[in-house]
Amino acid sequence: MSRRLAEIFSRAKSNNRAALIGYLPAGYPTAAASVELMNTMVDAGVDAIEVGLPYSDPLMDGADIQFAVAAALAGGTTTDVVLDVVSRLDGERAALLVMSYWNPIERYGVARFAARLAAAGGSGVITPDLTPEEAGPWSAATLAHEVDTIFLVAPSSTDERIKAVVAKASGFVYAASTMGVTGARRQVGAGAEPLVTRARRLTDLPIAVGLGVSTGAQAREVAGYADGVIVGSAFVRCIRAAPDLSAAIAAVRGLAGELAEGVRR
Amino acid sequence: MIWLPLVRTQRCEIVEGEQKLTTAGSTVTAGHFGPYGGRFVPEALTAALDELDSAFRSAIMDPSFMTRLAALERSYTGRPSPLTRAERFAEHCGGARIYLKREDLNHTGSHKINNAIGQALLTQRMGKSRMIAETGAGQHGVATATAAALLGLECTVFMGEEDTLRQALNVVRMQLLGAEVISVTAGSRTLKDAINEAMRDWVASVDRTHYVLGTVTGPAPFPEIVRYFQAVVGREAREQIKLAEGRLPDAVVACVGGGSNAIGLFSGFMDDADVQLRGYEAGGDGVETGRHAARFAAGSPGVLHGARTYVMQDEWGQTIASHSISAGLDYPGVGPEHSWLHDTGRAKYEPINDDEAMAALALLSRTEGIIPAIETAHALAGAMRVGRELGPTAVIIVNLSGRGDKDVATAARWFGIGAPAGIEMAEGR
Repeated sequence: MSRRLAEIFSRAKSNNRAALIGYLPAGYPTAAASVELMNTMVDAGVDAIEVGLPYSDPLMDGADIQFAVAAALAGGTTTDVVLDVVSRLDGERAALLVMSYWNPIERYGVARFAARLAAAGGSGVITPDLTPEEAGPWSAATLAHEVDTIFLVAPSSTDERIKAVVAKASGFVYAASTMGVTGARRQVGAGAEPLVTRARRLTDLPIAVGLGVSTGAQAREVAGYADGVIVGSAFVRCIRAAPDLSAAIAAVRGLAGELAEGVRR
Repeated sequence: MIWLPLVRTQRCEIVEGEQKLTTAGSTVTAGHFGPYGGRFVPEALTAALDELDSAFRSAIMDPSFMTRLAALERSYTGRPSPLTRAERFAEHCGGARIYLKREDLNHTGSHKINNAIGQALLTQRMGKSRMIAETGAGQHGVATATAAALLGLECTVFMGEEDTLRQALNVVRMQLLGAEVISVTAGSRTLKDAINEAMRDWVASVDRTHYVLGTVTGPAPFPEIVRYFQAVVGREAREQIKLAEGRLPDAVVACVGGGSNAIGLFSGFMDDADVQLRGYEAGGDGVETGRHAARFAAGSPGVLHGARTYVMQDEWGQTIASHSISAGLDYPGVGPEHSWLHDTGRAKYEPINDDEAMAALALLSRTEGIIPAIETAHALAGAMRVGRELGPTAVIIVNLSGRGDKDVATAARWFGIGAPAGIEMAEGR
């Protein structure tokens, strides 16, 4: 277990706000540009960076992230590139996480991945398709390297399931706001608040809500009941829509600023 | 939550309060086949998989469900399918005694209907009104659309864009049956990407939708459920060959994409150690060219589409796009039970290249008057190898998993045929 995420969440709480977690895939639009964009997010008030590890079959992701990871893969983004990106981020001011589907981690070697991530300054990994039943070797490897294991709960999760998930989780619990894939939505799923309420009774870990949060107003709404707000596709959209890197940086800075304002209670 | 395999063709025993099964001397527990299988899915799907698991387990213990399934198999699918002796084709198989298990004669033209009807009945039992499916060759899509029409359910089928082109006939069939066909343009535009898209639909629509996975892949309990509904193939073949030959076969042969027709046939002989199980995967242009779908010849254990199994992947765990002239075998993963059968040596798998499969397709057509699907042609080419290896006293069953109507455009291009002779003369005038 890493202390870094605990510090981030307690810092946010003492400032009377939710923690803001921002996602971008490493290597999109290029490795160097993704470092610049993610550090821009930190400058603008993002507390934790979720570095996406591009994967060929991202079956939990909607159109925007699919597009971005396909571009990153086409540009030669490997697991080593992702770890290099992590090492270049501002780990002083933000907690650094990796979001990865399971196969690339298994292929890299679970112990090797945990060790190299810790060496790069990373403090946690979000694994959207790893169930607690399959997480035995991963839990052992991450414990040894003080890397947090972040698992998801969903509106369809029974209390019994939530208990099984939080038993394997550390750092925080990722509550999926809606039944569906990643992508900006007009409204945050109505299932999010009841899910957070249920999960709170079953764990002392901070709970962050993701999927479908894209605006300051939505961030404010979620910050009303959750400890953290996770935004991904909206950042990718900013970059897709921008004509060049400096415009993308400006757009990302603007959105991160709006969200950082939104999470204040 | 625990999901326990319970398969009719396997022996069950209770060990330390947990149900375990023995398959060829190995133990299968909780949705795993040795180290393979399991569940690697977004948490949002766990509840639906648990629901499916318990619906399946209660259904197969419910006499009314089983009676309905058996009645549909008999009066709608047309089971039992015949076992046909192929004497003229056998002359090219070292003179071995070759039998064809005629799944091509099922309604809709392949083994896929066995699973589609079973899962459609489960869909009804769960009170869901919509089915989705992935399809490669279109045979599973057609079977699911058919079962949906029969039971009055909505149906959406996801199909890679490349496959909609090479299996255009089946697109029209699905549409005639009332299904919506969605062309998937992501990734390699084939079966792998159709499965991704079906999963994305399912996670957002799971309240009223059942995902009818068409093969023995995917997260538990799908490999077990599909195996269960396909096991009828092996059960029938076992009885039929005993009647025809007075003994069990020396080998049973099938093509392996995801591997459902193979598991269906193999399951009837799993515990008969003297019966060889032979699976044939797509060698495409040749394993050495990199353009193939030979998971066992050139893949390695990994996780794809919810299960640990052999996968075509690069050194970073990224899936490598597969290639085969056969849309139904053009898939970079394989059912987890096959991975286990491969590792334990119970079954043997080899690649068959496009040209060898197409030659077998032409040969069966001309020697037996049966045009097989290109997928099935890989099994026939395999049978030719096995027959030559085992010799004229051998008894071999080949799963004739599907008919070739859907493949006539591909075959016409391959063989340079299609224009009747008289027309060319008229044009030459």
